[in-house]
Amino acid sequence: MDKKIALELKGITKVFGKITANNNVDLDVYKGEILALLGENGSGKTTLMNMISGIYYPDSGQIFVDGEEVIISSPKDSFKYKIGMIHQHFKLVDVFSAAENIILGINDGKKYSIAETNARVLEITERYGFNIDPKKKIYEMSVSEKQTVEIIKVLYRGADILILDEPTAVLTPQETEKLFAVLRRMRDDGKAIIIITHKMHEVLSLTDRVAVLRKGEHIATVNTKETTVSELTEMMVGKKISLNIERSEPKNSCDRLVVSNLNCVSHEGVKILDNVSFTARSGEILGIAGIAGSGQRELLEAIAGLQHIDSGKILYHNPKNDEVVDLRDKTPLQIRDLGVRLSFVPEDRLGMGLVGDMDITDNMMLRSYRKGHSIFLDRKAPKNLAQEIIKSLEIVTPGTSTPVRRLSGGNIQKVLVGREIAAAPSVLMAAYPVRGLDINSSYTIYNLLTAQKERGVAVIFVGEDLDVLIELCDRILVIGSGKVTGIVDGRNAVKEEIGVLMTKTTSIDEENGGVAI
Amino acid sequence: MNKTEKIKREPLFHIVNRGRDAIPWWKGMLIRAAAIVFALAVCAVIMVILTKENPIEIYKTMFDGAFGTERRKWKLLQEIAVLLCISLAVTPAFKMQFWNIGAEGQALVGGLATAACMFYIGGKVPQGMLIIIMVAASIVAGAIWALIPAVFKAVWNTNETLFTLMMNYIAIQLVDVFVNIWAKNGSAVLSPMSEYGLPIIGDKKYLLNVIIVAALTVGMYIYLKYSKQGYEISVVGQSEKTAKYIGISVKKVIIRTMLVSGAVCGIAGLILVGGTNHNINTNTVGGNGFTAIMVSWLAKFNPIFMILTAFMIVFLDLGASHVTAMFRISSDICDIMIGIILFFIIGCEFFINYKLKFRSFGKGGEAK
Repeated sequence: MDKKIALELKGITKVFGKITANNNVDLDVYKGEILALLGENGSGKTTLMNMISGIYYPDSGQIFVDGEEVIISSPKDSFKYKIGMIHQHFKLVDVFSAAENIILGINDGKKYSIAETNARVLEITERYGFNIDPKKKIYEMSVSEKQTVEIIKVLYRGADILILDEPTAVLTPQETEKLFAVLRRMRDDGKAIIIITHKMHEVLSLTDRVAVLRKGEHIATVNTKETTVSELTEMMVGKKISLNIERSEPKNSCDRLVVSNLNCVSHEGVKILDNVSFTARSGEILGIAGIAGSGQRELLEAIAGLQHIDSGKILYHNPKNDEVVDLRDKTPLQIRDLGVRLSFVPEDRLGMGLVGDMDITDNMMLRSYRKGHSIFLDRKAPKNLAQEIIKSLEIVTPGTSTPVRRLSGGNIQKVLVGREIAAAPSVLMAAYPVRGLDINSSYTIYNLLTAQKERGVAVIFVGEDLDVLIELCDRILVIGSGKVTGIVDGRNAVKEEIGVLMTKTTSIDEENGGVAI
Repeated sequence: MNKTEKIKREPLFHIVNRGRDAIPWWKGMLIRAAAIVFALAVCAVIMVILTKENPIEIYKTMFDGAFGTERRKWKLLQEIAVLLCISLAVTPAFKMQFWNIGAEGQALVGGLATAACMFYIGGKVPQGMLIIIMVAASIVAGAIWALIPAVFKAVWNTNETLFTLMMNYIAIQLVDVFVNIWAKNGSAVLSPMSEYGLPIIGDKKYLLNVIIVAALTVGMYIYLKYSKQGYEISVVGQSEKTAKYIGISVKKVIIRTMLVSGAVCGIAGLILVGGTNHNINTNTVGGNGFTAIMVSWLAKFNPIFMILTAFMIVFLDLGASHVTAMFRISSDICDIMIGIILFFIIGCEFFINYKLKFRSFGKGGEAK
């Protein structure tokens, strides 16, 4: 293959205050190759890419495009050098069509012609095998379609170097495969592609070379064919870590939460939850698998009293007095007043679980501040709790009075999970608790969930990585289009079996009239 | 692209968000102080160009206008008290991200209730009783005026900015109606009912007002920072979803907070009518309801800092009007001056939140 360097970085350093995000990083990417940028959270991947795309400016170091040194001080410059970045969070105008979004901001002196744009967009989609209607409005699109629009937007501007920041985080396995096929076609077309990812199997199946960053430093760049998962992991985390999750046998398991025939209809009249029935038992982890957006969030929020329920029952068996109460149509406060110890780690950490601008202490008391009859707050106990959690979960923070927004993703999650566990729950629900977290933080969370299970808590874990679900959970409930399509035993579950269940649209009840185990 | 332009150069400077690396508070204060000095210097130049007067003299006169005599000092304190009181009132609503721009009307209605008490039952009940009724009436009136938009917001999610703004005009018209009913011989001007006003401590006419507002300032600071209700206001303001998640009733908090906001506005009306003017007209609050928004924002919703920001605004205002009178220059020039000073003070916040990184000279050198 013709090996020409498309982009080269030499000695890039970027410092934010006291934190060195990138230290003397060298990196190169050739035309016609896919390079993976691998690293834990906070290893400086995104910062590095942001410097290439003109969002940040390096403190020192040089950038070369096609062998010539360039200065990239704005996204406009980066576009000039044919560099395009596809961010994790899409930057699209909802009420515009795909084509309108694509030409937005292009000023090439030509007359604005939507017909011409549509034609060119179609040409690009055909060339790389995208599947999109240029006239479709963004608000009508799925996440994967929106991502496609972002990619086409970059290609339309003639980008030769594409950077994708964790593109598969929001995609289903099928959509991921489609994306990879497109990326491979682009590679064969001579484009240089950099993909930031956490997922090891993606690195191995897609890329040509892997560059590993650790704590802002470039550790090595290796050929994908000549490396292994354990070697990459070792480079990434600096020490060998066991990929095994400890799973103990459930002890004295009894029914804790019995959900029967739950139905929820959205504002638009769409059935989000369709006759969902299952039982969560004490001392076990019940996994919930499914394609993102199949009703997992609504299910947890329904149990937590945040989602309107149209019919069905949520029966809670109180371990203290053996009373059974129905949580349906209760507010979160009423649920707590009933003595139900329900903890919930929501998917949206800063938007729902925590208040970003408040410090760790104030976030600790979100659940407990009402305690006591005084009209004033007691900050002593939450402060002690904050200190305890910082210590026991090894949260990296300057102190208890740091706003949680300033912490890294993993540390934010530890604050949230730590608080929810500190409430000594009897039911613990966690939605995607390791999303965006590095391996070490992920395992901390897995261990915390397992420890809760051993304490006799009924743990409900919504996850996306099937390997983790199979290793961690005692039982796995599979949800597809709001229906329970199957419940499998975690100890002898097969990945393919779950994958099939995830895409099914008929529930187990509909098939055999049986009751969920 | 032009070949000659293609010289590899870094841009002259970059704007960097301080973010995690916020500067220490004393440095922030230093920047603010520098901004005021710069502002005064720029004003001086402009004044020399426009009026040919000696800027030092103008500043002296300004100072004199605010602090020159005992009477002026009290006037300054009184104006600060009123402005601060209304600023305190809007703050809990703002912290909740409820844009209450109806403080003008809420204070006016509070004042109207006070005036009504003085007019209808003044002299008919013992003075002590009258004062108690006046206090209660003003608080209730202000609270009701704030409650109406709050209920609409909580139940039907109406836009609170438009709603509170329109309530101002209703309040002004109401005052107009009552003044016309009460005024003798259709003069449309109410004569002062000084005998029914709030008590005067010693011979200091404004002292009671100042004491009331000082107590309110401390009370509001404690309420926002240390009370459970204040905590709920912060949570609702920053994330309604989080509030629902932990079981806070957002509707209840909106309504309760606006009741507090309106009640404090009502007290401002009481101070203006019962404690100062002893009569009422449509201009009694005099735009303080809007200026208060700026006072509250500039102080970043901290009641203690609001003392400073309210002082600054009142000082500029009183000083400038004295300058206008003494030098017989157009009041527009003073407005320009106030504008420049506020521009610098608000503008300097940029340098507190961001820093400029200049180009490093010579390769490998680090810009600091």
